[in-house]
Amino acid sequence: MTKAKTFFQRLCRYYLLYTVGFVLFLFGVAILEHEGFPRVWIGYVFMFSTIVVYATIGVISRTSDVLEYYVAGRRVPAFFNGMATAADWISAASFISLAGGLYLWGFDGLAYIMGWTGGFVLVALLIAPYLRKFGQYTIPDYLAARYTGQYSTNVVRVIAVIATIIVSFTYVVAQIYGVGLITSRFTGVDFSVGIFLGLASILVCSFLGGMRAVTWTQVAQYIILIIAYMIPVVWLSMKHTNMPVPPIAYGSAIAQLTEREKVLIDDPKEKEVRAIFRQRAYDLDDRLASLPESWENGRAEIQHNLEALKLGNAALQDIKQTGRELAAYPRDADEAERVWKEERALNLELAKPPTRHTEPFPGDSEEASNIKRNNFLALVFCLMLGTAALPHVLVRYYTTPSVKEARHSVAWTLFFIMALYITIPALAVLVKYDIYSSLVGSNFSQLPEWVSYWANIDKLHPLVSINDVNRDGIVQLAEIVMDVDIVVLATPEIAGLPYVISGLIAAGGLAAALSTADGLLLTISNALSHDIYYKTVDPEASTQKRVTVSKLLLLMVALVAAYVASMKPGDILSLVGAAFSLAASALFPALALGVFWKRANQQGAIAGMLVGFSVCAYYMIHTLPAFGGSAAGQWFNIAPISAGVFGVPAGFCAIIMVSLLTRAPDQRTEDLLKHLRSP
Amino acid sequence: MPVSDRARLYWRRTRSMTLWLLLLWFTVTFSAIFFARQLSVYTFLGWPISFFMAAQGSILIFVGIIAFYGWRMQRLDDAYNNNDES
Repeated sequence: MTKAKTFFQRLCRYYLLYTVGFVLFLFGVAILEHEGFPRVWIGYVFMFSTIVVYATIGVISRTSDVLEYYVAGRRVPAFFNGMATAADWISAASFISLAGGLYLWGFDGLAYIMGWTGGFVLVALLIAPYLRKFGQYTIPDYLAARYTGQYSTNVVRVIAVIATIIVSFTYVVAQIYGVGLITSRFTGVDFSVGIFLGLASILVCSFLGGMRAVTWTQVAQYIILIIAYMIPVVWLSMKHTNMPVPPIAYGSAIAQLTEREKVLIDDPKEKEVRAIFRQRAYDLDDRLASLPESWENGRAEIQHNLEALKLGNAALQDIKQTGRELAAYPRDADEAERVWKEERALNLELAKPPTRHTEPFPGDSEEASNIKRNNFLALVFCLMLGTAALPHVLVRYYTTPSVKEARHSVAWTLFFIMALYITIPALAVLVKYDIYSSLVGSNFSQLPEWVSYWANIDKLHPLVSINDVNRDGIVQLAEIVMDVDIVVLATPEIAGLPYVISGLIAAGGLAAALSTADGLLLTISNALSHDIYYKTVDPEASTQKRVTVSKLLLLMVALVAAYVASMKPGDILSLVGAAFSLAASALFPALALGVFWKRANQQGAIAGMLVGFSVCAYYMIHTLPAFGGSAAGQWFNIAPISAGVFGVPAGFCAIIMVSLLTRAPDQRTEDLLKHLRSP
Repeated sequence: MPVSDRARLYWRRTRSMTLWLLLLWFTVTFSAIFFARQLSVYTFLGWPISFFMAAQGSILIFVGIIAFYGWRMQRLDDAYNNNDES
């Protein structure tokens, strides 16, 4: 007891020192910037110094002990495990994109806030304490031990491993992609170089020390990411509301925002811009109707313009501009159809009046609004159950010293996640208010610096673009097109903070992506090495050999994931949300019924996992355009991301029916359950 | 009381607490979403209630549920272990 206490105190001291050191470092860089240190170098300093810190923690925590490598020696105190799990959980998407998502989608985006937090209630009540009580190493371990019977335990184990890997792999690719994006945006290095830089730091950490190193790095990463998020938001909150606690302060900003929205919805200039976009959509309609002639005519026209410009000795800039237009023109009529349809949809979107930020489920009709409400419910359901079935989060609860600590640890986890998650909606509202009140209505000649800076970072997919559509020299709301990522990236500058805080945001985003990637890679390689290699292929392997194999597999999985991410797979990224539905459908019913329904047996679990997974995957393939499906295939108008709404009940039904039709579980299961259900 | 009976009692209490808390979790989540349009008319310190619930109210309740569960379970564990010794 006292030993655990001194350990806890020592950890507190270390991390306090670390935090103070980090803040001092921040001041140091701020002074450097004041002295004229260039922007790019600030980006470099933040990237490299934080990566070096993580690598150092990794080297210090190196280990080849099985218990240490797989579950950090089971001595992580609840408080620190909560912090590490929070970092494990907070992904690049939560950190960089979620605020922008809430900015664009208003109330409907809050499904992510509710879903990604409410899931921890299920983790705490249904899963974490029992996993800790069971006390092995991986999630497939638990399922295999619970569902013994007629077949070899390896059947359940292998299915669980496959589900774990599919879910975690899509997720880890997205994290590594995020690492590449953040490093390339802030340091200007090539996207793939960024990926491999991040990968190096992930590897130093998890390769040498497994769960032990990952845990202590994740705590360090949480501290950086929360500081990075809070500073600019608190500043912005002070600017608009004179209160330093954003979640409490933004109530007044909401009232002001609502007033401003009313004005902008009816503003004649705004209506003018929207009418222009609508006209553009109609023009595209005409061109689409007269394909393929319209495609040929369009190309001939640009060519003609180009020649006229060249003959007329026009400005070089105009010639280049027209040349680019020609290069970007669709290559054939089929491509023209696709591109123009997209453009038409985009223009129609821009022609709509802004939705009100706090209005739940805005829709043209009662029916449209109900569909939105049902999708909100479905998404929250999938995200919650998915959270409670994500292997990389659940394994973290194996690392606490006791069941009691595991329960408290979930509370700490949600507490630390909450610190970020109740700030995100505040940030979205504050930025929106700022843009609606000061950017809209300003002069095009006086655009703030951040607009041009972030517009030029990625020329192909500009993060923000503002065009004077109606040529009146004044910025209208309808003329601003923003990417989801820009809100967090530009917040420091919108709040009027120096660039050093933007560098800090980069470090925070990197910490969020790396911590999640660390946890995921370890989960995948442990599933392969522990469940496949040790439990299935070679049960005689020595502990030394098991850890070595684990490390080798980690290296391989990391390289494959980085390779996939470096190909910029747009389709995989759109699948990340889907990972939650898949995890929920395949694993949640088996995990939850495992403890709470004695009668669930092996055959039931096998059927449940397979049916849940297949129904979910089938619905996605059936409805996602990326797989050749279409929205027409939807059931009850539920979006493909929420496929778990069908997968989870199917999984539950399959477990219950098959279990009842086959023999009750044997004495071994009975004994295990007795053990799990006692204090 | 024989050990097996007390184990059963412990489990029954755990299960009923789990059930009640899950019910609370479900009610909060479901009603905050399902009745969001009706609730958005009323405001709470500047927030429309539905927005407040979705953005922070429900999360605070979730943390509360988990913390309460941890605290109650610890007391249940202690009661069980004390009886064990006596």
